[in-house]
Amino acid sequence: MDKRERQKMIRNFSIIAHIDHGKSTLADRILEYTGALTEREMTEQFLDKMDLEKERGITIKLQSVRLKYQAKDGKEYLLNLIDTPGHVDFAYEVSRSLQACEGALLVVDAAQGVEAQTLANVYLALESDLEIIPVINKIDLPSAEPERVKQEIEEIIGLDASEAVLASAKAGIGIEEILEQVVEKVPAPEGDPDAPLQALIFDSYYDAYKGVIVFMRVVQGTIRKGMKIKMMATGKEFDVTEVGVYAPHPVPMEELSVGEVGFVAASIKNVKDTRVGDTITDAANPAPSPLPGYRKTNPMVFCGLYPVDSSDYNDLREALEKLELNDASLSYEPETSSALGFGFRVGFLGLLHMEIIQERIEREFDIPLITTAPSVIYRIHQTDGTVLEIENPTLMPEPQKIERIEEPYIEANIMVPNDFVGTVMELCQRKRGQYVDMKYIDTNRVNLIYELPLAEVVYDFFDQLKSSTKGYASLDYQLAGYKPSNLVKMDILLNGEVVDALSFIVHREQAYYRGRALVEKLRKLIPRQMFEVPVQAAVGNKIVARETIKAIRKNVLAKCYGGDVSRKRKLLEKQKEGKKRMKSVGSVEIPQEAFMAVLQVDDEK
Amino acid sequence: MSAKAVYIHIPFCTNKCHYCDFTAYTVKGQPVDDYLTALDREMRLVTTEVPPHTIETIFIGGGTPTVLTPEQMERLLEMIQAHFPNRSPQLEFTIEANPGTTTDELLKIMIAGGVNRISFGAQTFRPDLLKRLGRIHGVAEIEQSVIAAREAGFQNISLDLMFGLPDQSLEDLHHTLQSALSLHPDHFSCYSLKVEEGTLFYHLAQKDELPLPSEDEELNMYQSLRTILAEKGYHQYEISNFAKPGKESRHNSIYWLNEEYYGFGTGSHGYLQKIRYANVKSVAEYIRIIDQARRPVSESDIVTEQEDMENFMILGLRMMKGVSRSRFQSRYHKDMMDVYGSVIQKLVDQGLLKVEPERVVLTEKGLIFGNEAFAAFLI
Repeated sequence: MDKRERQKMIRNFSIIAHIDHGKSTLADRILEYTGALTEREMTEQFLDKMDLEKERGITIKLQSVRLKYQAKDGKEYLLNLIDTPGHVDFAYEVSRSLQACEGALLVVDAAQGVEAQTLANVYLALESDLEIIPVINKIDLPSAEPERVKQEIEEIIGLDASEAVLASAKAGIGIEEILEQVVEKVPAPEGDPDAPLQALIFDSYYDAYKGVIVFMRVVQGTIRKGMKIKMMATGKEFDVTEVGVYAPHPVPMEELSVGEVGFVAASIKNVKDTRVGDTITDAANPAPSPLPGYRKTNPMVFCGLYPVDSSDYNDLREALEKLELNDASLSYEPETSSALGFGFRVGFLGLLHMEIIQERIEREFDIPLITTAPSVIYRIHQTDGTVLEIENPTLMPEPQKIERIEEPYIEANIMVPNDFVGTVMELCQRKRGQYVDMKYIDTNRVNLIYELPLAEVVYDFFDQLKSSTKGYASLDYQLAGYKPSNLVKMDILLNGEVVDALSFIVHREQAYYRGRALVEKLRKLIPRQMFEVPVQAAVGNKIVARETIKAIRKNVLAKCYGGDVSRKRKLLEKQKEGKKRMKSVGSVEIPQEAFMAVLQVDDEK
Repeated sequence: MSAKAVYIHIPFCTNKCHYCDFTAYTVKGQPVDDYLTALDREMRLVTTEVPPHTIETIFIGGGTPTVLTPEQMERLLEMIQAHFPNRSPQLEFTIEANPGTTTDELLKIMIAGGVNRISFGAQTFRPDLLKRLGRIHGVAEIEQSVIAAREAGFQNISLDLMFGLPDQSLEDLHHTLQSALSLHPDHFSCYSLKVEEGTLFYHLAQKDELPLPSEDEELNMYQSLRTILAEKGYHQYEISNFAKPGKESRHNSIYWLNEEYYGFGTGSHGYLQKIRYANVKSVAEYIRIIDQARRPVSESDIVTEQEDMENFMILGLRMMKGVSRSRFQSRYHKDMMDVYGSVIQKLVDQGLLKVEPERVVLTEKGLIFGNEAFAAFLI
């Protein structure tokens, strides 16, 4: 078939859905329906390859699949299904994979209706001019209200939902109709196969044998095996060793032309050379300009990662190096803490990203970690006119050198049932939020817009939001720039010594309360020692809270005779083992959990 | 090295005390005679494997060995004599007894059988506390039993006392000590109550129905009893043991010196030819295995030199005289400081140990935080 003829038969689409609304199941059914996978291969949720994702029911890495579909009009179409991650931490990645499509399925749960996150992704899709096909999923649930949900889609999003597909991915209802609508409504890709190459990178991963495998969409021109390509943002050049598609197993091809979605391998050593959003062009015949919209994703949340056992330091470095191969948004650099020794300050896109990395290090690399409380990047304007950006509270300069401090804010979209509006507004207020707007979505739900300090969101905002609304509220956010705040550094002293790894930055008005709550928490977490240990919270030289960990008075086995030797040894070994899991800071032994305690302090007064 | 000490376990009691997690069964309906037969066979089996040399100490513990009938006691002592005929002239031969169980007849048989030290489980002299502990004797029985034992010829009598008991005050303990001292025993073992899993006390504690004294009060009790006993001429020679000069328990010292010993009977432990072993706990199983002419061992471990050195330290430091550097040297052909120098230094810095030219000993602080010091020697 001629390239241009084939181009007409291509349909590129993705699926937009809130977590739990059934995206992965729907993807599975589509794969099954089009015969891309045999029954034997039909492991649950093929697109989510990582175990961790399966466990949490969320998608982290993007994948794309080429499917052949024989439509009712008798023609065979090439469908490229591009999966998107479903979490706000990865909003930029979502926007890039949407950019690689002409259409999107908007999956909405027939019982739950539209959620804030769905809304955010729909807006991203609309920005990319995608054709959106509403799908109302889980219509077989007894609580399904397809008519109400249709109405929501029309009122909230402003999409025509009269032709929305009523589906149940689980029960296999509506799959054919979805595919028919994709063929019918999603436009074929435009572009010139003979123009200079422009291909959009929307994902990549590291393969130990082939180097980085880049997932891309050809927007103009053609990419071929053997071609010298150039990454337009990084300027790096590579020789293409392989092009192909996943169907869903990899199928090598000679070339990929306009509109096609597939993978490229070019002996690329580092995922950082293949940034999501970058444009691949022909080094010999470069495009005049890259595709619009590239931006380097910067980490927003930082924390210190330290091995519990300091001899694991090199293993931890290797683990980070390996994870970095596959994760361009992970950044780290060595740091030392007087309390925790040698470790790394690691930057993440968001809290979920942070949790995932921590878990993978502990699980896949088997390195027990001590994690310090997460921090954002603070901008310190010093009296000498210089500006300092710090992501570690210990780097905070002396108060007299600080003219003002700015912290990052986000604009939060919180969708919440009417009954909880008051509760959520109170919560936002408590978290130093600034009210921006409130929109009634329907008679039942409200979309609240607040500007909130990112640090508060990192702290425990999401958990509190969920618990104070019985899980009904949903949250989406985007960065909204820096604003000045009255912030101070709070130090924690154990036995009179500052424990650097416990320092954190807090709003002056919350300092007293949080300091008090934290020292109380630490008193409970830190086991008693042979001596009394004062736990103090201080702002500058001023102690704002104090608790005392009472001394153990006596710790000795009264009885030890012939029969007891082995048993007593076991007891002592247990005592010793417990100590190994603690860090000794000065003369005080501190358990791992203590370093995260600052996150567990409840703000309720 | 050959074992110079023998431990024999009699796992029977008239009843089970509320804090006890030892291998002890209510004697009623138990096959005591079969048990003694099995003991006899176990001693034969083991002494054939590991022939005894001159025996320095024998300890019959329990349970309550004095629940045996006079005939059974006689038989037990005869079989011990038969298997361990070669005895040091300074032999220390201890039997544990409950107040009120030592009839004149039994005492006579014990003396005749070579027993020369008796250890009474007195625990406390407060009648209601005795009941609460599940003891079946009263205060009067303690006094009568001690007097009767002395009259029968025992010149080495020890009393076990407990402190840190539910609702016990410092005054209660002082009263108990005065009553106990008035009986002029030669030796005291004083234990703080430890609530062990699987006991009635554990169950009560779980439900928060065991009003134990605070840590501070318990520590005061310990320090107070140390002072009082010292004033009365009982010197402390181990964390929980006090004696008139020359009346220290030599049998127990063998444990703390990390030396080998025979262990016979259910649930007993032994240490022979570098192997630490434990016998099965069930009486029925014990008898059944011995009937098959096998040793009734449920666990045994070869002690590596590493572990042995650790045991040397953690057991030896329990004694007030501490561990001897020259004994360490002659046993392991290594200098204690080469092996444990940094651990010892750390503990010295923490105020738990002090180093003398020939010995390393616990400090006063180390005495009450012994576990901190002991654990440091474990790998």
